[in-house]
Amino acid sequence: MAEQHKKRIATASLAGCFGCHMSLLDIDERILDLIELVEFDRSPLNDLKRFTRRCDIGLIEGGCCNEENVHTLRDFRSNCDVLVAIGQCAVMGGLPVMRNAIMHSDDPLKECFDEAYIDSPYLYNPSHQIPNDPALPLILDKVYTCVDVVRVDYQIPGCPPSGDTLWQTLVALINNRPADLPYELIKYD
Amino acid sequence: MNTPIRFQIDGVEVLAEPGQSIMQAADAAGIYIPRLCDVEGLEPQGSCRVCTVKVNGRTAAACTQPAAADIEVENDTLELTNYRRDLVRMLFHEGNHLCPICEASGRCELQAMGYRLGISQPTKYPYLQPARPVDASHPDIVLDTNRCIRCGRCIRASRDIDGKSVFGYVGRGIDKKVGVNGDNLLATDASIDDCAIALETCPVGCIIQKGMGFYKPIGERSFDHQPIGSNIEGNRSGAAHREETWRQGEE
Ligand code: SF4
Ligand code: FES
Repeated sequence: MAEQHKKRIATASLAGCFGCHMSLLDIDERILDLIELVEFDRSPLNDLKRFTRRCDIGLIEGGCCNEENVHTLRDFRSNCDVLVAIGQCAVMGGLPVMRNAIMHSDDPLKECFDEAYIDSPYLYNPSHQIPNDPALPLILDKVYTCVDVVRVDYQIPGCPPSGDTLWQTLVALINNRPADLPYELIKYD
Repeated sequence: MNTPIRFQIDGVEVLAEPGQSIMQAADAAGIYIPRLCDVEGLEPQGSCRVCTVKVNGRTAAACTQPAAADIEVENDTLELTNYRRDLVRMLFHEGNHLCPICEASGRCELQAMGYRLGISQPTKYPYLQPARPVDASHPDIVLDTNRCIRCGRCIRASRDIDGKSVFGYVGRGIDKKVGVNGDNLLATDASIDDCAIALETCPVGCIIQKGMGFYKPIGERSFDHQPIGSNIEGNRSGAAHREETWRQGEE
């Protein structure tokens, strides 16, 4: 039998809090097993900023709240065979999505900026300017889920999904089968 | 003595008292039929359709459909599970259900139904993200209508048990929502002791008692380990016992 290449994994955090990546580290010493089974390509875990080659599995934390997120997500879609949206933010927008509707504003983006940079009582911003340096990624009109932007092969809900959930999912995907998670490992919170 | 009605659910013989719904008979037999708008103690309303079963091949809401002799009911089939999945998905997509920040997470019946039905994968439905109000006017109660699934349980509890009719439906179709009988909740005679406000009444986190917060830690909440409906399925031995009782009743 031809020797199988180690599965290549890429990960990214878009509009997330890195909680899902932290949860990935929560697999504890199983990370030693993982490193036997896979090699990491583009990922904040190894600080690789670009794909070096095509990957088998892409893990996406967070939805899209700015143009850079969209760009990264599309890059992942075109460079990964299987794309997995991980965590509530990637799946349904998570806490960032609150700016879409829950603020009840006709102009939620402006209200969000005003609260962050102009009106907050805990703010020091003598210029009263909303940051607008061209180097900053443009913020989108609303927060989008991963599915809104690209085709997603799997979703793992949770805020964050537990280390066990991520571990079992990865082991299944590495073995080319869908993750069949037990009741206690599918959570939306 | 009433003669029991005999019928089958997924090929299992079930007995019902005359006047019982399919759901009531199934509960007594330890067979769980998923449900959201129906809850013990309130008149069934038959609006969420999560309890959809097939009766002699035709769909019906188990909570309102009377049990009848010799009917064949399908409940636990892939086709029906898929109907139920779609209904529950649509509820998730229609409101703003942010489980990570919801006080009801872990005891929410909508969430638990998602877990039980194994809902986690991408769907064809868009998130509608409606702008819906929060009413925190009352000193003891908050209404966060982002989470309301319009099951009407609060409406029936307030009308039929509390005798207050604090809640009622307003609007039609996709705009149908639950309103209160006043400018806001404070202007009504809602009280924290009302059945309508009890934790068991609202299946989601729309009616929230102030000061409760996240009162149970993760791991100890209702559906952390046991799927919704387990309490009914735990009745199965009780069902055998009940059948014996019925047989005795026949003699
Ligand atoms: S407030 Fe709660 S109990 Fe009342 S209709 Fe909405 S979801 Fe049902
Ligand atoms: S439980 Fe029967 S229609 Fe809702």
